[in-house]
Amino acid sequence: MSETRTAAGPIVRVRGLRAAYGDVTILRDIDFEVARGEVFVILGGSGCGKSTLLRHLIGLVDPAEGAIEIDGEDLVAARGALRERLRRRFGVLFQGGALFSNMTLAENVGLPLEEFSDLPPEAIRRIAQRKLALVGLTGYEDHRPNEISGGMRKRAGVARALALDPPLLFLDEPSAGLDPISAADLDRLLLDLRESLGTTLVVVTHELASIYAIADRCIMLDKARRTIVATGRPADLRDASDDPFVREFFRREATAAPEVS
Amino acid sequence: MYPGARGSGAPRPSVRPPRENATMEGSPAAPTARLELVGDGAARVVRLAGPLTLETVGDFWRDADELDDEGVPQRIDVAHVPGVDSAGAAFLLELRDRFGGAAIEGAGEQVRKMLAILDRPCPEPPEAPPQQVLFGMVDTLGTFAIETIRHARETVEYVGALSAGLGWVLRRPGRLRWGDTLSYMSRVGADALGIVALINGLMGLILAFQMASQMKQYGADIYVADVVGLSLARELAPLMTAVILAGRSGSAFAAEIGTMKVNEEVSALDAMGLDRTRFLVLPKVLALLAMMPLLVVFADAFGIIGGLVVGTGFLDLPVGVYLNQTFTRLDLWDVGQGLIRAECYAVVIAAVGCLRGLQTKDGAQGVGASATSAVVSSILLVVVSNALLAVIFYLLDV
Repeated sequence: MSETRTAAGPIVRVRGLRAAYGDVTILRDIDFEVARGEVFVILGGSGCGKSTLLRHLIGLVDPAEGAIEIDGEDLVAARGALRERLRRRFGVLFQGGALFSNMTLAENVGLPLEEFSDLPPEAIRRIAQRKLALVGLTGYEDHRPNEISGGMRKRAGVARALALDPPLLFLDEPSAGLDPISAADLDRLLLDLRESLGTTLVVVTHELASIYAIADRCIMLDKARRTIVATGRPADLRDASDDPFVREFFRREATAAPEVS
Repeated sequence: MYPGARGSGAPRPSVRPPRENATMEGSPAAPTARLELVGDGAARVVRLAGPLTLETVGDFWRDADELDDEGVPQRIDVAHVPGVDSAGAAFLLELRDRFGGAAIEGAGEQVRKMLAILDRPCPEPPEAPPQQVLFGMVDTLGTFAIETIRHARETVEYVGALSAGLGWVLRRPGRLRWGDTLSYMSRVGADALGIVALINGLMGLILAFQMASQMKQYGADIYVADVVGLSLARELAPLMTAVILAGRSGSAFAAEIGTMKVNEEVSALDAMGLDRTRFLVLPKVLALLAMMPLLVVFADAFGIIGGLVVGTGFLDLPVGVYLNQTFTRLDLWDVGQGLIRAECYAVVIAAVGCLRGLQTKDGAQGVGASATSAVVSSILLVVVSNALLAVIFYLLDV
């Protein structure tokens, strides 16, 4: 809840991050901050390291160099209980939904509530139903993930990420694989949540429609240069960027920037 | 802070004191979670005070469950709720539905917004009708019968496809995926050598030790070499190796193909018109067929070495004498018989492992069940085929 927020300053701060798998550097010199309540979009072409960056931000992979702060606390240095506590401050939607296949949708959504609250089981079930209704999955509470479509799994993943009302939400390609109506509904829902709960959203996507609809600010990664090539409002980048690659991306033009071989 | 006497009518303290109050007595600053019924009849109001968040809503929920049911409240007063999160909003909506659509009053802006987001039709799914016992039993029996028949047909089809596949390999050996086959050979054969050697060495050791204490009484020490050599070469080495490979490779085949099935990789093969037997099953079966006899020869050797350790160390037999006795008694057919058994076991383990993998139902638990089933069924079938071979060898009088 916005009232309970105490710390000021950006909710995510990344300084001099270098991401590497072994000796292969995927990203370097990554610096950015995400303000509270902002919808921050990380975008770029396929294979540019968007998902790698996200995996670093949620603490699944440690950076080769640099610092990541969540809510003013160093995620990279945090170990054990502190890291667990930091992780509980954000929700994550994985690309495929990453639902637990041996649980029903309601159990998937209810799991964090069960573990981190003292709610009675009936209450957990009702809240899980409400959250599923929120993403348009009314009536699918008792289905298992393998009984529903990929888009539905993704929406159920959103419902699970929202279970604890985290102040910060990381979403990996939330609208990929959704039909245009569901995608627009999801965008609307994300904005509503931001407005009513002050949720900060960090979204990885390359869906242009979604970017224009929700993004306050975005950073753009480029595969060839392996770093951030543009920062700003999406409309500004489209109209005013002097980088041809950035303009082409936003205008959906076919020719790509010259690849560094 | 929020006196219960507010509003019309007498206060009706119908709920137990809020539990947060009990623990925080004397700390006036702490907002207390509380829920109370005020007023009578049509004027009945549920009044809530304090923030409704995930931390507090559990107490509210329990309090609400303990409300008496004299008269349904018409209104829910949330004027003293400074804020809600989605759990809190879900609780308010639940309360509203429970009171037949009572009005929520006095909501601040944040509360209103949250309610608006969360207020979507959310019907409780209809309860499944209770099944009749007799019908249930008939139903279960019928389902079981259908499943069994389907299973049997699948197995027959699978055995047919596998046989056809083996014939295809003989006709066109160049078309087999040799890269896959060689990599499986290394995994099921070379990588298993250590554990096969260890287990069979210990088998020889144990067998010799058990025999030695008996034989020594009759001065028949030297026959320990016969017993160890014969029983290992004919029966035990192939059997122990089969059990190890069922656990090591059969389960791995089932898990690998099962995961591919769950990830729709098997469907992709089917859709591309590629034969799943040829792609998934044959390399594994052939790899195991090729490696099993080699492993069993090593197993024989290490078993005999195990026996030799006891023979020389415990019975004081010279190494030369023990080995001479072993190889005089053991003829080529004893080893050959063991190798024939080993090849049968190899087919059983690989084929069952792959079949169980292909039969995997969706999900992570399905893969686990397939791996378990692969090990259990292949060990069972190994023992059954062992018995069949014993009868066949007896009838052939060899």
